[in-house]
Amino acid sequence: MGKFTTPAALLVALCVIAGALVGLSGFTFVYAKGGSYLSNDPAACNNCHIMRDQFDAWQKTSHHAYATCNDCHVPHDVLGKYMTKIDHGYRHSRGFTFQDFHEPIRITASSLSVVEHNCVRCHETAASEITMHALRPGDETNCVHCHAGAGHGASR
Amino acid sequence: MSTPDSSAPARRRRPYAVLWLALILGATGTVALLLLLQNIATRKREAEQVVFKIVDLTENTIDPREWGKNFPRQYDGYIRTVDVERTRYGGSESVQHLDTRPVWKTIFDGYAFSIDYREERGHAYMLSDQRETERVLQRPQPGACLHCHGSVLGAYRAKGVEAGVPNDEAHRHEAVMKGFEVVCAMPYSEATKLVDHPVACVDCHDPGTMHVRVTRPGFLNGIAVLAASDAPVPHLPSIGRWRQGDRSKRYDPNMLASRQEMRSMTCGQCHVEYHFAGEGKLLTYPWKNGLRMDDEEKYYDEIGFSDWTHARSGAKVLKAQHPEFEMWSQGIHARSGVACADCHMAYKREGAIKISDHHVRSPMLNLARACQQCHNMPEEELAARVYAIQDRTRGLMDRSEAAVLDLILAIEAAKGAGATEEQLAAPRDLQRKAQWRLDWVSAENSMGFHADQEAARILGESLDFARQGQVLSVKLGAPVVISPPTVATTPGPAGQPPVKGR
Repeated sequence: MGKFTTPAALLVALCVIAGALVGLSGFTFVYAKGGSYLSNDPAACNNCHIMRDQFDAWQKTSHHAYATCNDCHVPHDVLGKYMTKIDHGYRHSRGFTFQDFHEPIRITASSLSVVEHNCVRCHETAASEITMHALRPGDETNCVHCHAGAGHGASR
Repeated sequence: MSTPDSSAPARRRRPYAVLWLALILGATGTVALLLLLQNIATRKREAEQVVFKIVDLTENTIDPREWGKNFPRQYDGYIRTVDVERTRYGGSESVQHLDTRPVWKTIFDGYAFSIDYREERGHAYMLSDQRETERVLQRPQPGACLHCHGSVLGAYRAKGVEAGVPNDEAHRHEAVMKGFEVVCAMPYSEATKLVDHPVACVDCHDPGTMHVRVTRPGFLNGIAVLAASDAPVPHLPSIGRWRQGDRSKRYDPNMLASRQEMRSMTCGQCHVEYHFAGEGKLLTYPWKNGLRMDDEEKYYDEIGFSDWTHARSGAKVLKAQHPEFEMWSQGIHARSGVACADCHMAYKREGAIKISDHHVRSPMLNLARACQQCHNMPEEELAARVYAIQDRTRGLMDRSEAAVLDLILAIEAAKGAGATEEQLAAPRDLQRKAQWRLDWVSAENSMGFHADQEAARILGESLDFARQGQVLSVKLGAPVVISPPTVATTPGPAGQPPVKGR
């Protein structure tokens, strides 16, 4: 028993265990295409197939030529972008793993606000007359309430 | 004094405690990671392989259990049509309408429906319910009834071959169409022995490709006749395209209809108005002039058809069946390209697999998946909107039922007061019109929802014709009797949407 309890042996054992964990984590990350979620590739959003309807419908809309998922669904400053990706990534992977989200899938208020800002980001000139009247918080206009088919057309 | 002694073993124990903790944490973390990995792998597998073929399916595979081996998810839903569930105005509970709404005993007097008018149960019961109904037991019916109550394809083909059509794949359709004629003319009691299953997979799916298809000869004939007419059918664009062609071959939905159109036509194979034509009792859909209630009435008037002569009034009246396909055709959902299956077989997800729910049922029992795909609002709001339509339709129907009842009793009284057959012709004709309209909405299974304005228009006409006929009858000596619109009361707990678990 004596020799195995020396600090050096302990350290080696711990390192092997830690290494196994790191390796396993890395494998899982790669297997789940974790890296793709850091990209702007729309296909990444359809990795788990939940967004298949949205992905298919997007391919058939006018916006297909101008905007991908991230253009509308994440903010365009670096910090905001990755904070939103962390938030969405956590909620989506938890929902898909435990299979306990509302169906059909619904956009959250915070995500809708991101979309709204991105509508205005590109269409600022056209929308300025409308958005100037909605300055109080909670009183925002909602572009996609009427333009529901702009990003995702008829899904069937 | 004792401190050095006691701290020495503690120091020796601490590394062990840390080690144990690290081991437990490491083990737990590994298990969690492996579980996650397994979960991801399962989802990936689901996405890659949707179908695992275990049995070979052919046109002769009628038994749904065989299909279920290859398509267990769809089969699980299909067999759940045994479930008995109730909505405010419908459901799949075998309620005897003659007891809950006794007015219909008078309206159907002299016809088999005055003996037994039970609510139909789910698809699973279609064959056994038909074999058990008093309408069939007490009044012999033709084999034509089987068309929509059993999985008849095999039986039709066999009878067609018996009648001389060559028994090969090239003549399969011809044999089915011939067998259809033969079976329609048989007595029901004989014909029903030819089938073992209610509607089955093979009735709506091609066994080779799984494409949705229509197989019912009555529908194939009916939709071809409709296409050949010039009735507007904006919700069925493939008919519009066929009409622009040379029309050398008759319209064939299996060749020409889009998948989305087929997702309604499969249901339209049976959820329609029909009659049995001629001595051969050939099942026929009255679509020569179009799909509207008025078009069907015009067709029946043209061929001088009536289902029976009313026992109390002597009017030659019609029985509306269940014109869901026709009513849907007049509504906003059809015009927007929404198919029957979109709401009644809503898409659902199991893991990474998306399937259409084969538990065919009322969308009121599945509001989230049925409605929210397009309507982004809470379930309570959606239910309230449906009930607003249905409550209004029910209210109009209560009045229409009372008016038709009053008309029947008035004609009977006028006859008793000595009115001649010639004098009674006009009020009897008005009864035919009023009763047909009332029945068309009443027998249709949506309480007006499939086309709310159309349902209100039809009931409005029914009321008008009924009271017109009553006025004429009063002139012929009938007393003035006006029944309250509460001949029967509205069922269902008020304000309680029967939303069940998903």
